[in-house]
Amino acid sequence: MSEPKRIATPLVEEVIAGLRAGDECLISGELIGARDQAHKLLFDMIQAGEELPFDLSGAVIYYVGPTPARPGRVIGAAGPTTSSRMDPFTPALLEKGLKGMIGKGQRSAEVQDAIVKHRAVYFAAPGGLGAYLASRIVSATVIFGEEFGPEAIRRLVVEDLPVIVVNDIYGGDAYVSGKRQYSRQS
Amino acid sequence: MRDIPAIDVIHATAELCRKANYELPDDVVQALERASRREQSPLGRTILKSILQNASIASEGSYPICQDCGVATFFVELGSDVRIEGMTLEQALTEGTRKGYAEHYLRNSIVSDPMRRENTGDNTPPSIHTRLVEGDKIRILFMPKGSGSENMSSVEMLSPSDGLEGVKKTVIECVEKAGAKPCPPIIVGVGIGGTFDKCAELAKLALFRDIGSKHPEPFYDKLERQLLKDINSLGIGPLGFGGTVTAFAVHIKAAPCHIASLPVAVNLQCHAARRAEIVL
Repeated sequence: MSEPKRIATPLVEEVIAGLRAGDECLISGELIGARDQAHKLLFDMIQAGEELPFDLSGAVIYYVGPTPARPGRVIGAAGPTTSSRMDPFTPALLEKGLKGMIGKGQRSAEVQDAIVKHRAVYFAAPGGLGAYLASRIVSATVIFGEEFGPEAIRRLVVEDLPVIVVNDIYGGDAYVSGKRQYSRQS
Repeated sequence: MRDIPAIDVIHATAELCRKANYELPDDVVQALERASRREQSPLGRTILKSILQNASIASEGSYPICQDCGVATFFVELGSDVRIEGMTLEQALTEGTRKGYAEHYLRNSIVSDPMRRENTGDNTPPSIHTRLVEGDKIRILFMPKGSGSENMSSVEMLSPSDGLEGVKKTVIECVEKAGAKPCPPIIVGVGIGGTFDKCAELAKLALFRDIGSKHPEPFYDKLERQLLKDINSLGIGPLGFGGTVTAFAVHIKAAPCHIASLPVAVNLQCHAARRAEIVL
């Protein structure tokens, strides 16, 4: 394995173009933490022509619903949730300039097409490693939808969050290629 | 008749919530260690080592193992010679869940209605399965069941003529379709027989068995081994990035069923296979 690539948000075209499915990366900078209810809300706002509560251009969304932070801690356990539930809402967000998504699990064909079309990238963070990933989050602030509890929209600042590129702008898919390499089915 | 004060059940339940969410069971840790030696993919080995590191960080008590602290799921064996003083079993388990999730900074992941989706704010109600048994003890098995793996589970009403091949196909297809989503390496709980509802309950109960334990019946022991081999040949690997360890174990529970039926339920459990147990 090669050394992980260090990348920063917001994601710019030159960085995105250099990422290939299977690349291990360490992401630093600002992320937007948003999951199910937040996606439905953002999608509805876009449909209604309303202004979003934050700028999506170059933004990276982390599909996360953390546990409550203990006193003196920035956040609780904060691993990724399954991305496919966000699939119905994702093409609309990519059209608005979203450039990166961090979650876990395979995406729909529609999302994969939209990733290629809008030149964005889908990363997976290691699922089920909530305690491990929490230490890479240096600040967390609820910016919208406080009433959604764990599903509120958060501004997160991360340092060296370990992720793997799943879907790149060239149509690569790390899940498909990884499985193919180790499949021993007749 | 033995009386147990409700407060004792509440405290024990809250402690189960803490223990399960912060301390990965020994058999799961050992399965991860074995897998990190056996896995052929270098990336897979790295992932397995990170999972072990995560468990070690969580055991220090600041962060739970996973942010999805799940549906509080209880399987209770209630002795017919024991009575809970002051509350029903359901009330005591609900109160214990509320206490455990609040005091130990665990996530509230339950909405009060599936369509209107408002968070209940205290992770209640729990899911409770009760069986009346002989004696004056209460045995409580607890699992904080995450939805990443739960959503990838399935129930199929097969025809008896589908036979063994039909059962194998149902299990393998479920795991293959799930791919990376349930956070592999997984434990595959399989309920065979019973009824539409019973087989699902059996599949969940099967997830409580220790990894590495043998099915008492040679017939099902053999089937478990075959299924595990086939699943680990799929190539899905740790967290779905390719590899030779997709599942730690297949655990089957079978039950009598109707002459016309062959129900099969597959309940998947993620690598954060959290559970805890107490006898009162």
